Amino acid sequence: MDDAPIRRNIQTTGETAVAPVARAAPMSGDLENSTLLEKLRAGDDEAFEQFVRQHSGRALATARRLLRDDAAAADCVQEAFLAASQNIGGFEGRSSLATWLNRITINQALMHLRRHKAKKEIPLDPLLPQFDDNQCRIEPALHVVRTVEDIIADAQLKDMITKGIEQLPDEYRVVLLLRDIEEMTTREVASTLEISEGAVKTRLHRARSALKKILEPLWLEYGP
Amino acid sequence: MTAPQRPRPARKRALHKFIPGLINCVQFEEFMVNYFEGTLPPARRMSFNAHLKVCRECRDYLAAYKQTIELGKAAFENRDGPLPDDVPEDLVQAILAARNTPG
Repeated sequence: MDDAPIRRNIQTTGETAVAPVARAAPMSGDLENSTLLEKLRAGDDEAFEQFVRQHSGRALATARRLLRDDAAAADCVQEAFLAASQNIGGFEGRSSLATWLNRITINQALMHLRRHKAKKEIPLDPLLPQFDDNQCRIEPALHVVRTVEDIIADAQLKDMITKGIEQLPDEYRVVLLLRDIEEMTTREVASTLEISEGAVKTRLHRARSALKKILEPLWLEYGP
Repeated sequence: MTAPQRPRPARKRALHKFIPGLINCVQFEEFMVNYFEGTLPPARRMSFNAHLKVCRECRDYLAAYKQTIELGKAAFENRDGPLPDDVPEDLVQAILAARNTPG
């Protein structure tokens, strides 16, 4: 990776722009966080390095999930820390620093996705539930051959889950990741993506339904 | 491999005809979003649960749907855990350098 710092137009990432309702910060570590925050606000270089080393792992993981591209994720994390550094004065402490930075990272990743449209996306409709003329669900008879624990214990199968999520079209994949993995509320996702809460619910349901179809072979086999 | 389809149960169709308020599978599907959001009104929740009692396809579908959500979460568990080993040092250094670069 090129070591030269990459500067792009970093949009407002003030606390209110990141999340309208931030989750409460954990009680443990509050004191440590507040000391770090004071130093960050004062522009302390060592504190900033500590901040980067503490939180770059989660930020990178979040960016990788959203962008599916290690180089782009690294750029996104760099931009997120720069934005955080520039906007630390606007951080009011209504969420933890980790949550705040994660929201900034998500926003940076979403900006990247808007700039770089996905090259190839699978059509969603064939993966959605089907119904007959009597409005009865058409669902093949399947039986369970593996539990969640069995699948997660197998690295190869676990990898197939993340690859399954990666197959979803961006507009659905992002909602699924923000709601189910980042555990944002429907309102927070709607605000972040600038879409209605109804649209969030619909996309989430379609994403889960399609993912179900993609992942079923991992734990189900045909048969009564 | 073609998925074997279940025979369409005549009994279920008959229930839809004779039990007032019993929702069909399409309506059940529409209710699922709010069911998982926890915002399904009580009357609709009753209809949702009543449909589940009589429809094996929707029961199986709902179980697999729940399992899918669980699998997605489990695949990314420990995301708040300790710093992964694979955060490249050059990324950390690039961030620190970029902060001190005017512009």
